[in-house]
Amino acid sequence: MSNNTRKRGPMGGHGRGIAPAGEKAKDLKGTMKKLIKYMRRYYTAVLFVILFAIVSTIFNIVGPTILGDATTEIFNGLMRKIGGNGGIDFEKVSHILFMLLSLYVVSAVFSFLQGLIMTHVSNNVTYQMRNDISEKIHRMPMKYFESRTYGEVLSRVTNDIDTLGQSLNQSMTQIITSATQIIGVLVMMLRISLPMTGVVLLTLPLSMGLIGAIMSKSQPYFKAQQKYLGKLNGQVEEIYSGHNIVKAFHREEKEIEAFEEINGKLYHSAWKSQFFSGAMMPLMQFVGNLGYVLVAILGGFLVIKNSIEVGQIQSFIQYVRNFSQPITQLAQVGNMMQTTAAAAERVFEFLEEEEETEIERNVVPIESLNGNVTFEHVSFGYHPEQTIINDFSVNVKAGQKVAIVGPTGAGKTTLIKLLMRFYDVNGGSIKIDGHDLREFVRSDIRQMFGMVLQDTWLYNGTVRDNIRYGKLDASEEEIQGAARAAFAHHFIVTQPGGYDMVINEESNNVSQGQKQLLTIARAILADPKILILDEATSSVDTRTEERIQKAMDNLMEGRTSFVIAHRLSTIRDADVILVMNHGDIVEQGSHEELLAKGGFYADLYNSQWEAV
Amino acid sequence: MLKLFRYLKNAFLPISVIVILLVLQAGCELSLPTYTSNIVNIGIQQGGIEDAVPEVMREETFWGLTAVMKKKDAEQVKKSYKLYSKKQVSHSKYKDYKKGKLYVCKKLSSDERETLDQTMSKAMLTLSSQAVKQLSANPKAAAGLSKSQQKMMKQMEGININEMPDSIISQAAISFVKSEYQAVGLDLDQLQTNYLLKTGALMIGLALLTMTAAVLVTLLSARLAARLSRTLRDKIFRKVMDFTNSEFDRFSTASLITRSTNDIQQVQMFVTMMFRIVVFAPVMGIGGIFKVLTTNANMTWTIAIGVAAIMMVIFILFSVAMPKFKVLQKLIDRLNLVTREILTGLSVIRAFSTEKHEEERFDEANKTLMKTNLFVNRAMTFMMPVMMLIMNGLTVLIVYVGAGNIDLGKMQVGDLMAFIQYAMQIIMSFLFISMVSIMMPRAQVAAERINEVLDMEVMVKDPECPRQFLPEKKGEVEFKDVYFCYPDADEAVLHNISFTAPAGKTTAFIGSTGSGKSTLINLIPRFFDVTRGYIFIDGQDIRDVSRADLCEKIGYVPQKGVLFSGTIESNLKYGKEDATEEEVRRAARIAQAADFIEEKEEKYQSPIAQGGSNVSGGQKQRLSIARAVAKDPEIYIFDDSFSALDYKTDVALRSALQKETNGSTTLIVAQRISTILHADQIIVLDEGNIVGRGTHEELLKSCPVYQQIAKSQLSEDDLKKAKEVSAHE
Repeated sequence: MSNNTRKRGPMGGHGRGIAPAGEKAKDLKGTMKKLIKYMRRYYTAVLFVILFAIVSTIFNIVGPTILGDATTEIFNGLMRKIGGNGGIDFEKVSHILFMLLSLYVVSAVFSFLQGLIMTHVSNNVTYQMRNDISEKIHRMPMKYFESRTYGEVLSRVTNDIDTLGQSLNQSMTQIITSATQIIGVLVMMLRISLPMTGVVLLTLPLSMGLIGAIMSKSQPYFKAQQKYLGKLNGQVEEIYSGHNIVKAFHREEKEIEAFEEINGKLYHSAWKSQFFSGAMMPLMQFVGNLGYVLVAILGGFLVIKNSIEVGQIQSFIQYVRNFSQPITQLAQVGNMMQTTAAAAERVFEFLEEEEETEIERNVVPIESLNGNVTFEHVSFGYHPEQTIINDFSVNVKAGQKVAIVGPTGAGKTTLIKLLMRFYDVNGGSIKIDGHDLREFVRSDIRQMFGMVLQDTWLYNGTVRDNIRYGKLDASEEEIQGAARAAFAHHFIVTQPGGYDMVINEESNNVSQGQKQLLTIARAILADPKILILDEATSSVDTRTEERIQKAMDNLMEGRTSFVIAHRLSTIRDADVILVMNHGDIVEQGSHEELLAKGGFYADLYNSQWEAV
Repeated sequence: MLKLFRYLKNAFLPISVIVILLVLQAGCELSLPTYTSNIVNIGIQQGGIEDAVPEVMREETFWGLTAVMKKKDAEQVKKSYKLYSKKQVSHSKYKDYKKGKLYVCKKLSSDERETLDQTMSKAMLTLSSQAVKQLSANPKAAAGLSKSQQKMMKQMEGININEMPDSIISQAAISFVKSEYQAVGLDLDQLQTNYLLKTGALMIGLALLTMTAAVLVTLLSARLAARLSRTLRDKIFRKVMDFTNSEFDRFSTASLITRSTNDIQQVQMFVTMMFRIVVFAPVMGIGGIFKVLTTNANMTWTIAIGVAAIMMVIFILFSVAMPKFKVLQKLIDRLNLVTREILTGLSVIRAFSTEKHEEERFDEANKTLMKTNLFVNRAMTFMMPVMMLIMNGLTVLIVYVGAGNIDLGKMQVGDLMAFIQYAMQIIMSFLFISMVSIMMPRAQVAAERINEVLDMEVMVKDPECPRQFLPEKKGEVEFKDVYFCYPDADEAVLHNISFTAPAGKTTAFIGSTGSGKSTLINLIPRFFDVTRGYIFIDGQDIRDVSRADLCEKIGYVPQKGVLFSGTIESNLKYGKEDATEEEVRRAARIAQAADFIEEKEEKYQSPIAQGGSNVSGGQKQRLSIARAVAKDPEIYIFDDSFSALDYKTDVALRSALQKETNGSTTLIVAQRISTILHADQIIVLDEGNIVGRGTHEELLKSCPVYQQIAKSQLSEDDLKKAKEVSAHE
């Protein structure tokens, strides 16, 4: 299902009837083992949960027997009264009832304690899991994220872990209490009467069969419902996002037609799945009532034969009621376990993904480096069988400006990614001041670089925090200084709140151009030896444009810079131009050299003046 | 919420059937405890004897009983019984009785039986006590009595009948009846078994009826709820299809998506539940209360205590937890946001090596979420045990109070059991009602959000009697004194715009962001309607022709390439479903898309994922240009459609367009001057006003805004070169 971020409210997850079985885990057993291992820190706590749950359930089971004792006592008292020799022994009844009440209180306390510990465990597990994912993200290669949508990772952090936490909390408790209840009730029933228990057990296959039949009948409808709901949501998302096109091409009727078709299918699967899951309750109730009647009739016979007391029948009848409920619950838990396992499986899959390995060989202090960059016979491909950069060499001296040009999709960003060590080269090497990049710890080498990208990245925090991002321990003066150098100071102070203005969630309370200035300020603050710039293609308003230009010039001053260039002025001023096409570097040299060469670059450069 | 129910109007029949079935179900469910108590009370305790009206009596017993009655009562009894002669007896089911005549009960109405029950039971008691007195005087006779009769005798000694509680009288009377049956020679065990089987069968029948009703209700309500949500979805989707940009801006696309999907899902869930709980619970509750009142009124207060306790717990719990619930959603959103930020900014984070900082930021959001979640979960953990305790406690209370009542003879043991069951049912129904009232606001919010969409007045409408375009013109666009102001905005985005884009020529619009150039061009396909002024196409006001006709003329290419899931072919044919293969290929060729399409394994049949996420930005843009080209429209509208393309593709594409689409009017919004260098007419916009119009050459000379834009994009050299090129032309 796409984009299924259902919000869970107060009643989240407590459905009536049998919960729909979601997707199934590929490896239920393995995942459960992993989950249990993951929870090892909480073994003691879980042990207490089990203990408390059992105690609380047992107390609750004993309850009806004692209540039965009370009614028997009342009944006997009544008989005595009719018999003229005494009456109800209120002292005894009160005593029994007091016992009963204290039992219930103790049971409630244990059940509460059990719940407290269990919520503690499940909350901590989800907390720990989320943090593990957050830390994992930073250890994984960029490749992983480039082949996936953010939504995929996001849904693991939130939805999957949420599902896991909730179902862990519920199913764990329910398994224990249900199992205890079934065993306990069975024992109690056996103690009262063997033949009556036999009758109850006879109804068991009936209810099991019913549950099984209905579940297998409803399963395809649930799946169909999920499928069509997903399709429908996808269509809504797509059509709404592209509504201008739908309008401009006057396709409204056609889209409505397509929508209604899926909607109709959804309707059919929706009511059927709802019906089957809803019909479960009354059916089970009927089976319960059937058992009840059978027990009552049998009880009547036993009373005639004087082999059982009235009070005992009463408590037995209560047990009958308590017997079918945990069985239904266990069936539900079975379903829930599937969902839990499916969610856990996705989380573990993520946590077990390959990580970037660090092989540290020669640690040269970063501060001592000047920023001479050499590409030596570099070859690279995202997939081993598909090399896109073949034998590329270039020597960039400290302080030089390198322009990278080429049509879209030519692989300009690939070069940057290699430089930043988001990827490692397959062959050859990239060296900084003669040291292979791979000799450094990734995060160390990255401190050499400053980066200003086209799609600016700001986060939901103050303007100050966003600039400080370049150097987390920067002082206020440093921050403002960087903002001034980036021509951002002026616009910042004119905003409400100035440096304390909070960039909103969509970061649309500052303009595109202003965002650029902020990211430039951030890079200036970081004071890197080597710069990576990605010039914006879409222009902002003229004045801001000029400022950005100047700010970038300020930034590049005295630094080795790699610029993905779109502006001709930038390109012409560059010391080296790298011309890329189809992923490879096809030409390199200065503007004049390349023009004189009359190759791809000259073609590209002249094309914009081509008469149309 | 209620507003949404208007869509259930034509479902009057199923709804009334549901309600009737629910009442039936509630009635059955409420009767069940009577039977369960009867099985124990009468079936087991009284040996299957229902009351003090014996089916059959010996002659002497009959005369004995009538003798101690008032005359009027005795008459009544005589009327109700029929005397069987000895011969008749030997042919009846009482043939085992050989000693004489028998009085057999006639068919009686329940009222008659009840009055008879009272007179008979008193008479039986009186008779017994007289017998006791006689027997005390004549011990010999006493020895001839059955054991139970002797027991009875003992009990009767020294008891004043008038002071005796009813239930004890009837218990005693039943003993009398039992002994009478014994004397007649009836099989008492058989009698009890029959009673148990009969009541059991009735109970099963009732349970079956309950189940049938419940299953039918589920069937009908599931269908009804699903149908309602289908109707709502259709309505919303149709409505949104009528929406234009202004309505989309008003709600935001994301919100409209949520309204069409999640919100409707919420309403559906609520409606399904509504029938099963909202209607059912009160019926059960009221029925339960009614039953309890008829059973024994002076114990009802115990239930009131239970209900009050439950309500209080729910109230306290939710007033504590509810605010946190609301915070919870915000915290989840916050965590989502931080995660999204981390994922989108991964390269920046790595570039600045701020992984630790991000981990801390995440941990902070995670921790606050965990703490709040823990609080809420704990509050909920509290609920179950407390509810159980209240219910169990109530049971204990009822038994305690009930014991007193039983002692006083006001109720029987079986009644007590039934009372407990009713009490639980009442409590449960209150519990459900309060749960629903907690869920209600959520559904309400969803319903309101849906209504907002449905009630939205659509701005752009089709004319009632559309006119035709003038046939002699082919794609001329004219703006006349156009003002445009976004709904709810104070200031107009476009002021007094007048120009004519001649048929077959290229007109370009340039200006900085916010100058209104995109808005201007979006007025033509009627994404918005002008606030004042007119837009004419081929001499006809675009508001007077049908949207179908208008769209027929236009080939629109948006700023961002938008594709729909399907294949490349289905996307290219979007504007013209009956386009031939040749037309599709030609369009792809013109849009410079043919190369990369051919490179794909499945060529034109290559799948396009939702929103076109499996092709690159530039490819998406080229495909969306091809889509417009395939339509072969009279008017092209390019809303800044070229900026995602590199120079080379941009140029190749435009030259191909120029060559192959001769005769079409072209309107281009552009960022790059190089894109519009060769336009027949360039219109320069600044803050919603036309500040210059002419060719590139003319504008370079005359228009300062244009000059500024040109300078920021091109160097002196370039400008010179550009000049040369255009001069060369």
